Amino acid sequence: MALEKKIRELKEKREKLLLGGGEEAIEKQKAMGKNTARERILAILDEDSFCEYDMFVEHDARDFGMDKKQLPSDGVVIGTGTISGNPVAIFAQDFTVAGGSLGLMHSRKITKIMDHALKMRMPLIGINDSGGARIQEGVNSLAGYGEIFFRNTISSGVIPQISVILGPCAGGAVYSPALTDFVFVVENISKMFITGPEVIKTVLGEEISMEDLGGARVHCEVTGNAHFFASNEDECFSQIKKLISLVPRNNQVKADACPTLPPDSKYDIEKIVPGDPTLPYDVKDVIRSVTDGSEFFEIQELWAKNIVIGFGRMGGNTVGFVANQPLEMAGVLDVDSSDKAARFIRYCDAFNIPLITFVDLPGYLPGVDQEHAGVIRHGAKVLYAYSEATVPKLTVILRKAYGGGYIAMSSRHLRADFVFAWPAAEIAVMGPEGAANIIFRKEITTASNPDEMRKQKVEEYKEKFANPYVAASRGYVDSVIEPAETRKLLLHALEISANKQESMPAKKHGLPPF
Amino acid sequence: MKENNDNNELGKLMIDQTSYTTRLSKSFKKRKPYMPEVPGAVISFIPGTIIEILVKEGSKVKAGDDLVILEAMKMFNRVKCPVTGVVKKVHIAPGMRVTRGTLLVEVE
Repeated sequence: MALEKKIRELKEKREKLLLGGGEEAIEKQKAMGKNTARERILAILDEDSFCEYDMFVEHDARDFGMDKKQLPSDGVVIGTGTISGNPVAIFAQDFTVAGGSLGLMHSRKITKIMDHALKMRMPLIGINDSGGARIQEGVNSLAGYGEIFFRNTISSGVIPQISVILGPCAGGAVYSPALTDFVFVVENISKMFITGPEVIKTVLGEEISMEDLGGARVHCEVTGNAHFFASNEDECFSQIKKLISLVPRNNQVKADACPTLPPDSKYDIEKIVPGDPTLPYDVKDVIRSVTDGSEFFEIQELWAKNIVIGFGRMGGNTVGFVANQPLEMAGVLDVDSSDKAARFIRYCDAFNIPLITFVDLPGYLPGVDQEHAGVIRHGAKVLYAYSEATVPKLTVILRKAYGGGYIAMSSRHLRADFVFAWPAAEIAVMGPEGAANIIFRKEITTASNPDEMRKQKVEEYKEKFANPYVAASRGYVDSVIEPAETRKLLLHALEISANKQESMPAKKHGLPPF
Repeated sequence: MKENNDNNELGKLMIDQTSYTTRLSKSFKKRKPYMPEVPGAVISFIPGTIIEILVKEGSKVKAGDDLVILEAMKMFNRVKCPVTGVVKKVHIAPGMRVTRGTLLVEVE
């Protein structure tokens, strides 16, 4: 009898806590197109898999009337569950409780689940929806943020860390997402900034809306802070599930394999790339023409579009793709595209995901703005990331590979394991026009018809150097292949390199140019 | 994922004397041509409000003289003259709010 009563008591306590900030606050949350913290967790995890921890945690702040305030679960929900059977740790800030503000116990709940995720070597998903530090708790809330940032950093490269921004995430709070691997945002719901529109207006006199300053689209298109854009929370949740299915649960294992599927026959690899190296095409079609089921899960689709990154499967296993995109800015490397590619290469290397690089670029983007924005140090990140990566590195040179761009894009010289080139590949210091004008300057300027002479010399250069055979004759290209052979040879190369062993000289850590 | 379709037309990008047909990014289209700094052009280094203008067109000024008082970040900033010469043009009036990089005064 006594036990029954106790069970009833527990149920009542739970029911009360499950309401978070109460019905009125939940209604407000809903009116903004937002789910509650627990609804979000349940939508992401497999049915009936969520186990909540620390529901009964309470704050013990006393100042500023906090002693009289009850904050259910201290404004954050934590626990573990599964996604397609894979274990994950998850936390979700509850905006209905004191605006999801972060106090000491709130932060201790988050760090508890972070420690758990690291110890159990499983992915961590953090759902951010918080007004920021709980000011009444003073330095304790700052301590809380610091403890979170520290754990984000030490877990980096060990377990996948995903941040989901489903509400405001402002001030210092933004640094937790920034330290994690992938950031998901939703239009009209996500807001991320260091200083908000009010402060900017008072201090600098500049007026800007919250959405234009740090909305989902801005972070996906302009800043590059976010990786996945969704129009609503449901779309965001399916993106998260997809990503979790593609990446390994920690850095010691490989991602779950799927049965092999052939690519969709609508992608005819020989018809995608135009012969003229100055004409555009969508390199994503080349990727889809080699991946299982022609599936490609793109990352940072809207930012630095001149380079394409993302995951696909080949032979059932996850592969990371990096490809110059001739459709956007001719596929040049610049400050943002270098940054985007380098971080992704390092992600794949940290998590044992083989890299396949499709090369077709005219080089680096010229311009004062690029030089002054530090394209030297940003561009160096790509060299660093490829050189340091010890996962299998397979390179396919589709068309042009000129100058520094050729070296940077997973060339043999940065220890690519396989370098294939299509027969129309042009591997040279620069394009024929530029090169002919330099090499044959004298002949051209002194000719009776300089234009005619230039044309002739450009042709001469094209004939001699604008092909893959010079590089192949030195062994820089392992094999010149027919486009239709690409998938077969990549699958072979992946199989051959499945047990690749390569190690770096002992060091504490390198010094990548960031 | 939704795409903005306003940026899909093809343009030309010149690299190493070769013209490539491709889409041009918004930031590339918006970029401003580089302007070398002119020694006599006094530019606001921060957005703010013009409190006082201490010179008139035609005033003789020395390098280091105060030209304008610009309020920004709750402080009165004395904008100094970078060169010795004559004030050629005053581009602002008291009370005006200026953004960063606004041309305030030209000295010849």
